[in-house]
Amino acid sequence: MTEASMVIVGGGKAGARAAVAFRENAWKGRVTLISDEALAPYDRPPLSKAAIMDEAEPQPVYLLDEGMMASLEVNFLRGSAATGIDRDAKTVSLADGTKIPYDRLLIATGAEPRRLSQTGAERALLLRDLADSAEIRRKFIDGKSVAIIGGGFIGLELAASAAKRGCRVTVIEAQPRVLMRGVPPEIATRIAARHAEAGVAILTSASIAQIGLDKILLSDGREIPADIVIAGIGAAPRIKLAEQAGLALDNGIACNTYLQTSDPHIFAVGDCCSFPHPVFGNERLRLEAWRNASDQAIVAVENMLGGQKPYEAVPWFWTDQYELNLQIAGLPQRGVSIVERVPKENALILCHLDGDGRLVGASGIGPGNSIARDIRLLEMLIGKKAAPGPALLADPAFQLKSLLKP
Amino acid sequence: MGQWIEVCATGDIDEEDVMRFDHGGQTFAIYRSPDDRFYATDGLCTHEKVHLADGLVMDNIIECPKHNGRFDYRNGAAKGAPACVNLKTYPVKVEAGKVLIDTGA
Ligand SMILES: Cc1cc2nc3c(=O)[nH]c(=O)nc-3n(C[C@H](O)[C@H](O)[C@H](O)COP(=O)(O)OP(=O)(O)OC[C@H]3O[C@@H](n4cnc5c(N)ncnc54)[C@H](O)[C@@H]3O)c2cc1C
Ligand code: FES
Repeated sequence: MTEASMVIVGGGKAGARAAVAFRENAWKGRVTLISDEALAPYDRPPLSKAAIMDEAEPQPVYLLDEGMMASLEVNFLRGSAATGIDRDAKTVSLADGTKIPYDRLLIATGAEPRRLSQTGAERALLLRDLADSAEIRRKFIDGKSVAIIGGGFIGLELAASAAKRGCRVTVIEAQPRVLMRGVPPEIATRIAARHAEAGVAILTSASIAQIGLDKILLSDGREIPADIVIAGIGAAPRIKLAEQAGLALDNGIACNTYLQTSDPHIFAVGDCCSFPHPVFGNERLRLEAWRNASDQAIVAVENMLGGQKPYEAVPWFWTDQYELNLQIAGLPQRGVSIVERVPKENALILCHLDGDGRLVGASGIGPGNSIARDIRLLEMLIGKKAAPGPALLADPAFQLKSLLKP
Repeated sequence: MGQWIEVCATGDIDEEDVMRFDHGGQTFAIYRSPDDRFYATDGLCTHEKVHLADGLVMDNIIECPKHNGRFDYRNGAAKGAPACVNLKTYPVKVEAGKVLIDTGA
């Protein structure tokens, strides 16, 4: 008999949080963290923001450093991709042929940026890891023209960062407005206006014919100057390993409410997995969000150690652009009506109610942390399936916290 | 020991709430607990230096507005990732309806 072993594939936010969670749950056996990156787990959100804008050369923000891994006795295998899973023998094989036995396996392989297919697509830079960020930073030189394809979160964050570095920026979006997915128009309009103020040109309903050497040609004949081209057109879950192992897939690795895959010994968390959400009628979701990655890791680890805990954290996402902070809690798109709440000057929160008056989403935008507290409280109310009266939600003097008291 | 500095009147902070207080180039967070006691900590989160006074007080916990790091504001203890470094706390007293803190300066 070998010593019981927990193995994690993927050393990002979710994998790193899981490694710590095993020890928090007093697991005494082996914990192995397999990462195909050369660095210890580091944080991704700064890669499109501070790491590009700051004057000082950026340093990785480690989620778990060597010292922490040593003290937690986490066996960290860096620079080694997991290439296969033998579910009968319960081993993971690495690129160099090594086989790592597991009792329970956690897949936390994240997502990877989608690529463009047009002619010249190979010129478009992608952003997922530290090296991508460093390359983009080097190229964002004062006066250069930057064309960003895709007006989603990453594209817009990069647009703000490029503007800060003195680049001439154009965002090219195929949809009629930016942030079509999950962000209500009232909020998207505000962020678009802020970009315009910073001199960023946003072209909507624009389609790309071809990417040239120093410009982009649109289908309607327009030419966009582009010393640098970046594609921010979304990410796809990294499922190759799971697919080869024959695990069920459904917009990512399909998990049940315990974050368990179709193989009871294998769990999946973070950007790579989908799961049914009990707060939203078990709608199957796949989230690409920082807090979800760590919240899922905590729940999955408990279940890998024999627990039976459903994952029911309310989805939450933030982005920072310029001085503005935008946050989304719950699923605004499930709402049929909106109540506006103005917690502070220049800040706006939308409360999204479904047909029964239940709060299903909250979205907000404002300078600094002006919306944080209310969005957090609304998030808790969403989790409780509360149906607070619209008049209360609309009154900024009304303390949302009082609705949470028994 | 430094000297006691007047922060505000007791009624200026609700129960289970927090207020920002800037003094001598430093920023503090002043709390009033559900059992009506006052506490003071450094004003900035130990994770990424965000103002904790924009966060949420729940019982004896202050939750950071940025990444929801949590601290026990009575003793400054960090309650887990991403809040890993404890917050510094400061002595507080209430006199004649005023809240005073000792910044140690
Ligand atoms: C630039 C950027 C900015 C972001 N900003 C925000 C933000 O502001 N707010 C927010 O909420 N979210 C943000 N996110 C999203 C957030 O970072 C992700 O949701 C989070 O990183 C997901 O964690 P994860 O562990 O699932 O995946 P990842 O962090 O992607 O980690 C997966 C890891 O697994 C490794 N891996 C994959 N396959 C294998 C294999 N076969 N063998 C070994 N290792 C493997 C990958 O190399 C990677 O290191 C941002 C993401 C990016 C890229
Ligand atoms: S800044 Fe407070 S938790 Fe990150």
